[in-house]
Amino acid sequence: MKAYAVNHPIGDIVRSLLPAPWAAIANGALAVAVIAGLVTVSAIFLIWLERKVCAHFQARLGPTRVGPFGLLQPIADAIKLLMKENLRPRGVDNLAYFMAPLLPITGSFLVLAVMPFDHNLQVVDLQAGVVYVVAVSGLGILGILIGGWGSNNKYSLLGSMRSGAQLFSYELSMVLCLLLIVMASGSASLREIVLSQQGTVADWWIFKLPVAGFLAFFLFMISSTAELNRGPLDLSEAESELTGGFHTEYTGISFSMFFLAEFVNMFASAGLGATFFLGGFLAPQFGIGPVDYALAAVPGVIWFFLKTYFLIFLYMWFRWTFPRLRIDHLLSLEWKFLLPVSMANLLLAATLVTFKLIIP
Amino acid sequence: MTDTATATVPPAPEAKPALPGVQVDPANGKPSLRRFLGDAANLFKGMGVTFRYIRKPSRVVTREYPENRDTLKFPERFRGQVIMPHDENGDHTCTACTLCEKACPNGSISILTTKNIASKRVLGAFVYRLSSCTLCNLCIEACPFDAIHMGPGFEMATYSRDPLDLILNKKEGR
Repeated sequence: MKAYAVNHPIGDIVRSLLPAPWAAIANGALAVAVIAGLVTVSAIFLIWLERKVCAHFQARLGPTRVGPFGLLQPIADAIKLLMKENLRPRGVDNLAYFMAPLLPITGSFLVLAVMPFDHNLQVVDLQAGVVYVVAVSGLGILGILIGGWGSNNKYSLLGSMRSGAQLFSYELSMVLCLLLIVMASGSASLREIVLSQQGTVADWWIFKLPVAGFLAFFLFMISSTAELNRGPLDLSEAESELTGGFHTEYTGISFSMFFLAEFVNMFASAGLGATFFLGGFLAPQFGIGPVDYALAAVPGVIWFFLKTYFLIFLYMWFRWTFPRLRIDHLLSLEWKFLLPVSMANLLLAATLVTFKLIIP
Repeated sequence: MTDTATATVPPAPEAKPALPGVQVDPANGKPSLRRFLGDAANLFKGMGVTFRYIRKPSRVVTREYPENRDTLKFPERFRGQVIMPHDENGDHTCTACTLCEKACPNGSISILTTKNIASKRVLGAFVYRLSSCTLCNLCIEACPFDAIHMGPGFEMATYSRDPLDLILNKKEGR
């Protein structure tokens, strides 16, 4: 696996100031700080956005009191959660109980490390980026499973087993959708996948592969909704049946880590969707000279965030519109419908790629 | 006998578990692609409905209460605290018949009567104890003269119980 540095002006400045090993360490620390800041800020912003968007989908207003448009509401929530006592229920497995909340957020943190935010804005570009993304996003499942096990509570255990089954199942069709794009673009590096979509909007993989691209995007949205534990596929929480599922016993900062991870995961997953299907940081081009020039003048990082937030809005739209599935329906939806369809779709895409039927 | 009768009833045929989302035609019990497509279309219809809500903020039903206190609109049948409407001369229509007092399950109403010049029995004081009232509307239904109503008042918090003992009529008699 070859990892090559992506040159960003700030990284070059650090390299010119410090000798080689120290520059690498300093750049690494800077990258960690930036990703940590992004994780925190985007989670806080997404909590606000989720509440606002869901309120307006339901003809309500949402938070309006704390700060302008209620923007400071998630900060108030976070302070409240931090001030709460971090309870340890009797009989819990100490290591599992306190390690579990850290794993999901670690997973999404690690996914963001390979996310290409702009041409030169990526912590590291792995040749096998897709494999890495799939591997580290499994940490979220692990966190849910050991959190449910360590809580010493039957509802937590039931909820975590249920969501373990759900997440393992839906990971299959999600990976198949990603694999399709890897096959079409001929690379597993996230940066290369973005660069393979250069050109007009029609060159994005959602449109470039006739039928198969859109179908893969559709399936990716469904399976990643399940991966994110969001409604209508939020069976692991299931407030009405399992009193909250795997995080029943968690309070204070432990609970807020799970809660935060849910939103950071959503950001990471929408970012992946934008990278794979919507051209990532590339500006949309329509083949009209002046319009293209104006759109290309906008920095890529802004396009990346716009596309990502568009997908996040889609996730929220699903969540606040559709009714929830039952657990057996959920699993048979995956095994009997989504998985065969995505396999057939993979075959279709393979045919298209082999016979060069990709829309130029 | 009923036991044997029920035992002879053949068990209902086990319904074949259908694929999720694949709707079964009620006529022949077979999966119907048309119904499946119709249901899939319904999902998008639902998304259209929610998008209409987000597109038109004027349809928001939330009322921001302390700010809009002066412009609050109440539904016709809103049940706030009981009021006694008075006309422009300051007169009310209560005849002190005490039907409301008898109708009240909590004893929140006491009609104190007095005699006017013609020694006719008239209303002296309509004592209404808000502290024990549940706003059940029974007194209003009992009143044959439409003398009392459910008003819009809902801000009933006080620092002591004294302000909750109200006298609804402004003057004695009718």
